[in-house]
Amino acid sequence: MIAENFVYSAPTSLSEAISLLHEYGDDAKILAGGHSLIPMMKLRFAAPTHLIDLKDIPGLSYVREEDGYLKIGAMTREVEMEDAAVVREKYHIFGDATKLIADPQVRNFGTIGGNLAHGDAANDHPAVMIALGAEVEIASQDGKRIVPIDDFFYGFYTTAVQHGEVLTEIRLPAANGRYGTAYHKAERKAGDYATAGVAVMVQLDEQGQCLRAGIGLTNVNPLPMRASRSEAVLVGSQLTAEVIEQAAQMASEDCNPSADLRGDEDYKRHLVKVITKRMLHQAISRAKK
Amino acid sequence: MEITLTVNGTEHTVQVEPRTLLVHVIRETLSMTGTHIGCDTSSCGACTILVNGRSAKSCTLLAVQANGAEIITVEGLATTEGLHPIQEGFHLNHALHCGFCTPGVMLRAVELLEKNPNPTEEEIRWGISGNLCRCTGYNNIVKAIQWASAKMQNKELPSTEPEFV
Repeated sequence: MIAENFVYSAPTSLSEAISLLHEYGDDAKILAGGHSLIPMMKLRFAAPTHLIDLKDIPGLSYVREEDGYLKIGAMTREVEMEDAAVVREKYHIFGDATKLIADPQVRNFGTIGGNLAHGDAANDHPAVMIALGAEVEIASQDGKRIVPIDDFFYGFYTTAVQHGEVLTEIRLPAANGRYGTAYHKAERKAGDYATAGVAVMVQLDEQGQCLRAGIGLTNVNPLPMRASRSEAVLVGSQLTAEVIEQAAQMASEDCNPSADLRGDEDYKRHLVKVITKRMLHQAISRAKK
Repeated sequence: MEITLTVNGTEHTVQVEPRTLLVHVIRETLSMTGTHIGCDTSSCGACTILVNGRSAKSCTLLAVQANGAEIITVEGLATTEGLHPIQEGFHLNHALHCGFCTPGVMLRAVELLEKNPNPTEEEIRWGISGNLCRCTGYNNIVKAIQWASAKMQNKELPSTEPEFV
């Protein structure tokens, strides 16, 4: 399958990329890893007139702790996230998630920024970033702005990244104290989109009381979803089995899955409940280590 | 557009449309048909090659994205010394039947063994989860990769006797 033709450019600076976006207008698209966009172009679901490839712009690929954040450059490949020492040591959720994203070849090219900017509730990083309380840095001609992850997803394939803007960094509050995270999705086969997926973050005090909690849900809502009611019941509690059960029940009630080839609504709600419970136990046990 | 690719050590400068997929340049412009097109949707892995050492699905990369890259295809695995250990492993373990998926699986395995010279069976199975084989049922592919792993580390070679279950 061959895409419609387009004009390709590979600028070597961010400012050049932004001015090309302005010059080319609405039908220009940014190319990161291309592993969501190119398949859509091959199927002619997308037909941008211009592709602006970010690969030659230095300084967009990094994973580092700095100023109380874990900062992730938008062009960081999934595999680089998987292999980063700081991620393996402290942010286990990315190990859980990246292993389940597509397959190794796709992860060699797909980027974290692209996974978010694609704006698909079936992608895994949106729920992960919701659970972790991330912020997204977006660059334009006017400088940079920061958007909290809860304000980032607008709708199917649309995000806060407006025309003439480039997503440049994702940052999340650094792991602190007794901090544990976990992600799992049910999938029909290796590399499939989630039937349902749940991302969890908890932070505990010395007595085991929950100080912070984040729960993000994959592919069970038109937008990537925060399970706010579940989080509220966890924070300030001792995270007993009853509280975890209640939080999982609320997540399954609050999501809005649609029936498709992966399962019907009831099945997906059931998965959300089971996976939320398991991931909470997993994150809590990681936090206590 | 003019792009330059180094494929199996030889530099090629070719003219492509921006929309030309890398796999088509390899197969049609450079006439190296060892890289296969299976699903054409980045699911099956038959088109897997190495781009700057990383395994990639060449049906989902634009040729222009690989401008300046070092590419290895199945044609680049063997040397004048003989077969690559992964090819030897596939040969001795009967790890192919129709052979359609084989070039892609072997190149994926080359990167896997480069990053993790001594993988467990589970790591191998996760490692080749982006490559579909419809003939062998994967068991012999896993054995072939284990064999190549031993060979590349000068370890004792596992048996290549077929298992009858």
